[in-house]
Amino acid sequence: MTSTKASAVAPVPSAEAGDTIISIRGLNKWFGKYQALRDISLDVRRGERIVICGPSGSGKSTLIRCLNRLEAHQSGSVEVDGVELNDSLKHIGAVRSEVGMVFQHFNLFPHLTVLENCVLAPIWVKKQPRAEAEATARRFLERVHIGDQAAKYPGQLSGGQQQRVAIARALCMSPRIMLFDEPTSALDPEMVKEVLDTMIALARDGMTMLCVTHEMGFARAVADRVIFMDRGEIVEQAPPNEFFAHPKSERTRRFLDQILDR
Amino acid sequence: MTSTPSTTVRAQRWLRENLFSSPANAATSLLLLALAIWLGSKFFNWAVLNAIWGQAPVTTCNALAGQGACWAVVADKWRQMLFGIYPRDEQWRPMLAVVLFCAVLVLSALRWFWHSRRLAVLWVGGSAVCAWLMAGGLGLASVPTSLWGGLPITLMLAVYGTLLAFPLGIALALGRRSHMPIVRAVSVVYIELVRGVPLVTVLFMASIMFALFMPEGISIDKLLRAQIAIILFNAAYIAEVVRAGLQALPRGQIEAAEALGLGYWQMHRLVVLPQALKVTIPAQVNSFIDNFKDTSLVIIVSIFDFLYAVKQAVVSDLDWRHFFVEGYLFAMAVYWIFCFAMSRYSQWLEKHLSRELRS
Amino acid sequence: MWASERLRRIVYQLALLLLVAAVAGYAAHNLVHNLQSRSITIGFGYLTQESGFDISEKLVAFDPSHSYARAFFVGLLNTLFVSACAIVVATLLGLAVGIARLSPNWLLRKLATGYVETVRNVPLILQLLMWYGMLTELLPPVAEALHLGPAYLSQRGVTLPWPEAHNGWRAALLGIAAAAIFSLMWSRWTQAVQMRTGKRLPVAWPSLLVFVLLPSIAWAAMGAPTDWSQPVLAGFDFEGGKTVSPEFIALFAGLSIYTAAFIAEIVRGGIQAVPRGQIDAADALGLSRAQRLRLVVLPQALRVIIPPLTSQYLNLTKNSSLAVAIGYPDLVSVSNTSLNQTGQAIEAIALMMAVYLAISLAISGLMNWYNFRVRLVER
Repeated sequence: MTSTKASAVAPVPSAEAGDTIISIRGLNKWFGKYQALRDISLDVRRGERIVICGPSGSGKSTLIRCLNRLEAHQSGSVEVDGVELNDSLKHIGAVRSEVGMVFQHFNLFPHLTVLENCVLAPIWVKKQPRAEAEATARRFLERVHIGDQAAKYPGQLSGGQQQRVAIARALCMSPRIMLFDEPTSALDPEMVKEVLDTMIALARDGMTMLCVTHEMGFARAVADRVIFMDRGEIVEQAPPNEFFAHPKSERTRRFLDQILDR
Repeated sequence: MTSTPSTTVRAQRWLRENLFSSPANAATSLLLLALAIWLGSKFFNWAVLNAIWGQAPVTTCNALAGQGACWAVVADKWRQMLFGIYPRDEQWRPMLAVVLFCAVLVLSALRWFWHSRRLAVLWVGGSAVCAWLMAGGLGLASVPTSLWGGLPITLMLAVYGTLLAFPLGIALALGRRSHMPIVRAVSVVYIELVRGVPLVTVLFMASIMFALFMPEGISIDKLLRAQIAIILFNAAYIAEVVRAGLQALPRGQIEAAEALGLGYWQMHRLVVLPQALKVTIPAQVNSFIDNFKDTSLVIIVSIFDFLYAVKQAVVSDLDWRHFFVEGYLFAMAVYWIFCFAMSRYSQWLEKHLSRELRS
Repeated sequence: MWASERLRRIVYQLALLLLVAAVAGYAAHNLVHNLQSRSITIGFGYLTQESGFDISEKLVAFDPSHSYARAFFVGLLNTLFVSACAIVVATLLGLAVGIARLSPNWLLRKLATGYVETVRNVPLILQLLMWYGMLTELLPPVAEALHLGPAYLSQRGVTLPWPEAHNGWRAALLGIAAAAIFSLMWSRWTQAVQMRTGKRLPVAWPSLLVFVLLPSIAWAAMGAPTDWSQPVLAGFDFEGGKTVSPEFIALFAGLSIYTAAFIAEIVRGGIQAVPRGQIDAADALGLSRAQRLRLVVLPQALRVIIPPLTSQYLNLTKNSSLAVAIGYPDLVSVSNTSLNQTGQAIEAIALMMAVYLAISLAISGLMNWYNFRVRLVER
């Protein structure tokens, strides 16, 4: 489901020109013989909000999964907040505690309550005392407007509620960067708005965000840059106004025609 | 830069990821490699290099004093191990029967045969020919069942033990899901009773108690008793597999059939059972593998199956007694080949069928 | 076709009842007739008679003057004992091999797979015969027993020095039990502390210390007995010490190794059933491999593992009846001897089956309760 009109929310002010927090150079990724990413180079500034769109199979999910090493690249370099992403477990651990991720299918832990989902990583990875972790968790659960469900199990919540819990869970690790992998694609239409609103609020607070999504209204409202990918390459990137009004490439135009009915 | 990484780089990467990705991993790899090479070379020396292949007298084997395997025991006694005490001149008949049996099994695995009429023709025809080969008559010398033994018996017990158990198993599964309390009670009691006790006790019951339940004068062949026991035993397990298949069937299928006006038996014959049975085929094959292994238990009630034949051949012969390891290894190899082939088939089936169900 | 559905049901059920009654009646009639002609009486009275045979392995005292009932009881204890021991070892081994099947180390994976595929496709009775044969034929006779440390290995089994019965040793056993309870409580307490303050207190070495100290203190307190019964070769057997028979070793090893292969597959299936997304989420949160396995994967895998694991435990217990093939005096073996001696086949077999049924129901009841306790909570 894609929205065609700009969201009723006033556009979020664009980020200050911050220093580079993510630096990708010449990134190549193969799955066996199939090349998923071709020679990707990208810089992301601190506080910047980037929306990545493109047809399925274009490598959008693969790209952001390379940023927290859920996928490993074969050539090129990825540097996140000064840490080079390679096989070193120490580097990977350092990156993962700075980068939060929200998945298309939520991936909440079904055997733990909402609160336990949120405090798991702070306790075991950041070694926080439980009381402190719980206080932080409740704060974030309130922020995503789901504080009253803290004692429930994920199986008892709706899709939209689960996704908001997933966002809170990622935030509890105090990440500097948030990655979103098609966060609303698995939701029923009436629940998409509650999750998008949460993400917009996050953007307003200055979080660096990379978001793979088909929600173009969200892109128009929030993004500093929209990146279009196709067949493993970055075809075009531009601020949303320019991107939607004057797409430069033929491929971009074709894609936009498919997903927007203008 | 769109070329894939070169093969040497890929090989190095493979080694790094799979064997040496961390110090702990590297240590494990080296330890396992050392262990594997040490044990492997010892076994290879015993089983292949220092071994005696082909026929040889006992004295040569005894001279080895355990340094090498004496495969001569197999070379000398393979007939006995495979066919028991079947008359030597006629042993080509059980050999042919075994080959034919396996052929029927393999053909049954082909999709073309998955129609009841073709299967029925294949099995009835195959069984008749095998029976004729084993028993004789009509041009072949007659051989009484008391002389049958070895691999044909094992195959027969396993295959007919499963095949003939199917109707009873399906009836029990349907009975268990029935709304009629007595039918359900009888099914549940039968299934839980049989599944709760070891096969050994069922075999004992069959071989010892059967005679007591028959009118005086009528005695049933020992082999037939064991076969019936195995059929009754397998039926309970088949019932549970079929029940799982029935439960997996979407309720909508039954509703649609009822809406069309089909009666209970029609609905089950035309709609329910074909789907339920198809879904459970991999589980049925696994069940058959278990049945095949379980036939070896008839050695406890002195039925002359393949394991009995092997044990008899090696352990009873005082000269060759010490080489029971080689004999048992031969038996293990035969069982392993059958079971492994069937389990591979079941895995292939599972992948194939699930792909079909999805499309 | 039928006047009503109800009528159809009643008729069917009546027909079934009549059929069952007819078959049972016919069988019973023949039974009575046949028993009469062989002058065998039906009844469990024979159980109080003197058995007249000895049992080679027993956990409680038994001699030929004891009754058949007691013989049956000894056999039952043997079955339960070997099954319990094998269940523990098979579970541990199966867990290890199952996890090894998913290891990133290629060699470990292949070896684990080789073990599972070999053991699973060979009948258990053949494996037992092989083990038993090797233990009895390949080990030297008693007179030339292999001396490995304090143990003697021979055709009679493994003979070890064993402490003379004394309260000091019983106290030490209690001490071990107490130590186990203590370490469980300690690990819970350290977890609570970690939740409270974030600090992780050591768990391993205090537990180890307690396991060594508590039994030692108990042993010393009760008189510090030091008398050991040393096995001494006397004629055709060892005197003193304790001998573990080859029958027990073969059955125990065979059952454990065979069942462990199936448990390994169940564990592997359970771990693989945990959706990929759970692993991604755990990775994204920064959990280490070990933490991921312990906190996210295993709790969810356990729910998938428990039902088939239960059947494997049941199979193992039923498979222990194969003891009759190698001469270990389990329930079936002893019952077989009894029924051969007394001719009371029906009673013996019925008793056997009843006992196995009871064991099956007990094990499945226990696992069903555990399964219910750990189920996932949904709407």
